Parts: sequence; structure tokens; C-alpha cells
Amino acid sequence: MRREAPQKLSDYGPLVFPAGMLIVFFVVPFATMIAVSFFKRDPAGFYSADFVFDNYARFLSLFFGKVLGFSLFLAIAVAICCVVLAVPFTYLLSRAGRRAQVLWLVALLSVLSLSEVIIGFAWSTLFSRTAGITNILAALGILKEAVALNPSFGAVLTAMVYQALPYTVLVLYPALVRLDPTLTEAARTLGASPVKAFFTVVVPALRNTIVATLIMVFIFALGSYLLPQILGRPQHWTLSVLITDQAIYQSNMPFAAAMAVFLVLVTLGLVALTVYAGRKGEAA
Amino acid sequence: MNTLLQRLYFCLIGLFLSLPIIVVAGVSVNEKQTLAFPPQGFSLGWYGEIFANVEWRNALFASITLAALSAAVALLIALPLAWFLWRRDAPWASIFQLLGIAPFTLPPVITALGLLTFWATTGFYGQPATAVISHAIFFVTLPLVTLSLGFSSIDRSLVEAAATMGADDRTIFRTVVLPLILPYLISGYAFAFVLSLNEYIVAYMTIGFTMETLPIKIFNALRYGYTPTMASVTILFVAIAAVIFGLVARFGDLPKLLGAMSSRD
Repeated sequence: MRREAPQKLSDYGPLVFPAGMLIVFFVVPFATMIAVSFFKRDPAGFYSADFVFDNYARFLSLFFGKVLGFSLFLAIAVAICCVVLAVPFTYLLSRAGRRAQVLWLVALLSVLSLSEVIIGFAWSTLFSRTAGITNILAALGILKEAVALNPSFGAVLTAMVYQALPYTVLVLYPALVRLDPTLTEAARTLGASPVKAFFTVVVPALRNTIVATLIMVFIFALGSYLLPQILGRPQHWTLSVLITDQAIYQSNMPFAAAMAVFLVLVTLGLVALTVYAGRKGEAA
Repeated sequence: MNTLLQRLYFCLIGLFLSLPIIVVAGVSVNEKQTLAFPPQGFSLGWYGEIFANVEWRNALFASITLAALSAAVALLIALPLAWFLWRRDAPWASIFQLLGIAPFTLPPVITALGLLTFWATTGFYGQPATAVISHAIFFVTLPLVTLSLGFSSIDRSLVEAAATMGADDRTIFRTVVLPLILPYLISGYAFAFVLSLNEYIVAYMTIGFTMETLPIKIFNALRYGYTPTMASVTILFVAIAAVIFGLVARFGDLPKLLGAMSSRD
């Protein structure tokens, strides 16, 4: 059956509920949030309708600049670590047998679905003095005695890479599975070692995919909220933490909304960049 | 040599992914109420605690109810939308597909804050139903993506044949389309269910003060000190996720669901 343009009013029937839900519970809340970001905080109640730029002006300060800078830096670090680890892994996985692939995919999905709270708890246990990995190192005689590894930047980074790695693999997977295997076979026939073939044939062929993945993982990591709180020090807190803090504990919704709108703009800019990179990839 | 290196790399990644789970599993069978690994003694008591302790049991019940209902609502939004986009030639309608994917693509704190302002402004803040709708909107992407994939895999000539024989849209949907997309429907539900079960920030910002889901309960427990029940709940949740995705893989084509083309197999 060909797709037909809707003719009768009743043809639109199936669209009513989904469109209604998405407009009422996504578009309207989003618009409300943007509106609130221009409102004034009402210390007695919630907020009062107004049109001021105070909330935006407020975070043009050194403190919020630092937080934003750190959030971006952390997300970039996570994205680079994940892509460096995941590209060779996903490539090998896409060449593995079907059974092995399915097993790994189930494992990756299970880790991906883990709550940030659970990941934070698991790593804080691993980094603790009483139940952590340093106990193993101490038992092996590498360390004199077990030490606590968190709170620290390294702890935050490790846990965030853990959280984002399955996501990275699953984003790369379709592109790598569809990659023409004759490309590497040709390189191998011409005498390239597997490692050389990987770097001279696979990586350049996937350049745009890799760039797009970097950006997607970056956005994913930007949303991390609990791990910096559980495993880091206050200077490791991200913009997401501050937004929640302002909204829930300081009851300053207008300011929280302004920060969220700013975060959306940063994210949308990056999505646009991803689309642009994808377009260029198709043209090439 | 090369396959050896490959195996080593797989092992290292596997170790990295499983290490936290192994340690938490070890901690969860500790006999005493201390944080220790390797475990001292062996006890499954902390697993019993999830069901015996009324607070943990309520949180578990809240999480499962929320996940089951919100995944169902997500499906109710995604199915007619995906069907319409497949059946009708109305390019403007794909804007709703974009709207369905947007909440999942943006950092979650944004969707959470948007919904918080909305519920607070409309006066519904704190009611359990708001969490169901919030999660449904947040996770509608998953059934939407699997269903779009499912519809695109349907051979249109099958539907054409049914139409030629005089079946109307409703009959075609029930007798031809629905059986064909059922696996995608189930996997879409499963994905939304598992992710909702583990979601923290949207649930926290919409009902966190009136109802505790398990992730919220774990985080609150984490702040006020350690209890081994946290470890047993963690393992329970990993097991639930692994079983559900294992079932999806057993009865469906997981590589295809995740974007691989079936022709390679």
C-alpha cells in the first residue's frame, strides 16, 4: 500500500493522542520553562510573572563561568576516552560471531540501563578504603595499605566513562556493522597488518561517524548529574548539579530555568554541528 | 597473536564493565552490616531485606508500578504516531517524531526542570500520576524508534493485498500490521520499562518528595550512610535488566533492533 496523503478529517485520528500528549507535556512545559527564566523570584512563594534578564545576567559571573567551563571540559574528556576505547572494541565486535555479538549487546544494554545512582554507589564502593580495589593492590604488595581513591577528579572521570561507554558502543555499532568488510580485506591482501589496516582504512572511512559520536557522547556526558556529586568534590560539580540545586534547594526556579535554557542552547548548537558533520559525510 | 590481542582487549573491557557489579555483588552477601570486600561470611539476608523492610518494599513497588505504567503510556503515544507516519504521506507530521525524540536527546535535567515548572504552575506537583506522564514523555523515544524500525520492515505489498481484498484500515491494522510489529512493540516496551526503573532525576524532580522510587531511595540512603540493602537492590536491578534484554535477544533480532542490517547474518 502506498502512503497516501490524509483525505478525510478522520484520517488524522491516530495523530490526535500522540500529538496532544507531546504538545501538552513537552512543548508547553518547555515553553513554561523559557517563560519562567525571565520571571522574578518571589521569596515568599514561587515566582512572579515579569520580564527581566537578571537571571541570565547573574550567571555571567566568574563562578558560573568556571562551572560551565568545568562541565564542558569534563564532558569532552569523557567523550574522548569513550571514543578511543569504543572504536576498536566496536569494530572487533562487529566482526565477531553472531552469538558473541548478542551476548555483548545484552551486557552493554544492561550496563547502559543502570541508574546513575547505582553506578555512583558501585564505584564509590570500588574506590573506598574498606572494600575497594586498593585492597587487591595491597594484598599483592604493590601498595603498603589500602587507600580511598575518592572523592577525586579521576573517580568522577572513571565512573562517567563507565556510564557512557555502552552508549558509545551502541551509537557506533550500526555504522561499524554496515562497514563494507571488503575494504579491510583489500588492504590486507595488499600486505597491510590488521592494525595498520584499521588505522589507514577503517578509521578514515569512519571519520564523520567518529566526529558525530564524539558530539553525541559529549551531550550524554553533559547530562551527568549524580556522579560528580557522589564521587567528586564541590569543585567537580557540573551545571546539571547547580540547576537542580537552584530549583529544589534554593527554590529559585527562574534562575534554574535560565541556566537550563542556556544548557539547551549549548546542546542544540552541538546537535546542529552533528547534523552538519553528517551531511558532509554523505557528500564525501 | 592477533586474536590473542583481540581477546585480551575484550577481556579488559569486560572486566571494566563487570568490576563494579562483581564488587557490589560481593558486598551484598556480606554477613555483617559493614562495607567489606571480599565478603566476610555469606548471607542472602540483605536480599530478604528488600521485601521484609517496608520502606524498601514500598520503593520497589513504586518503581515497578511507575515503570509498568509509564512504559504503557509511552507505547500508547508511540504506536499511533509511528503508524500514522508509515501509513500517511504528511511530511509535516514528522515534527511530532522529532518532538518524541527531543526529550531523550537533551540533557535529562532540562526535561526534568521543564516538567517541574509545568506541574508546579498547573498545581499538580507531587501527585504520582505526574511521574507516570513525565516518564512516558521522557522515554517515548524508545518505542518510537523500535516501532519506526518495525514499520519500515513491513512489506507494503502484503498490506496492498489485504486492501485489494476489501479490508479497511482498521482490519488491516489488526490482522496484518499488528502481528508483524508485535516484536518491536514488546521490545519498545521492555526498553522503556527497564530505563524507567532506573531513572533518577526526572522522578526525583517530579515526585521526589511525596514518593520514593528505588533510585531515589538508594541515593537518600547513600547520603545518610551505608546499608547493605543498597547492594542487594543494585544486583537485583542488574539481574532484571539482563533477563529482560536477554529475553528480547532470545525472541527478537537484537542486532537488527540496534541498527544492524539483517542481510549480513
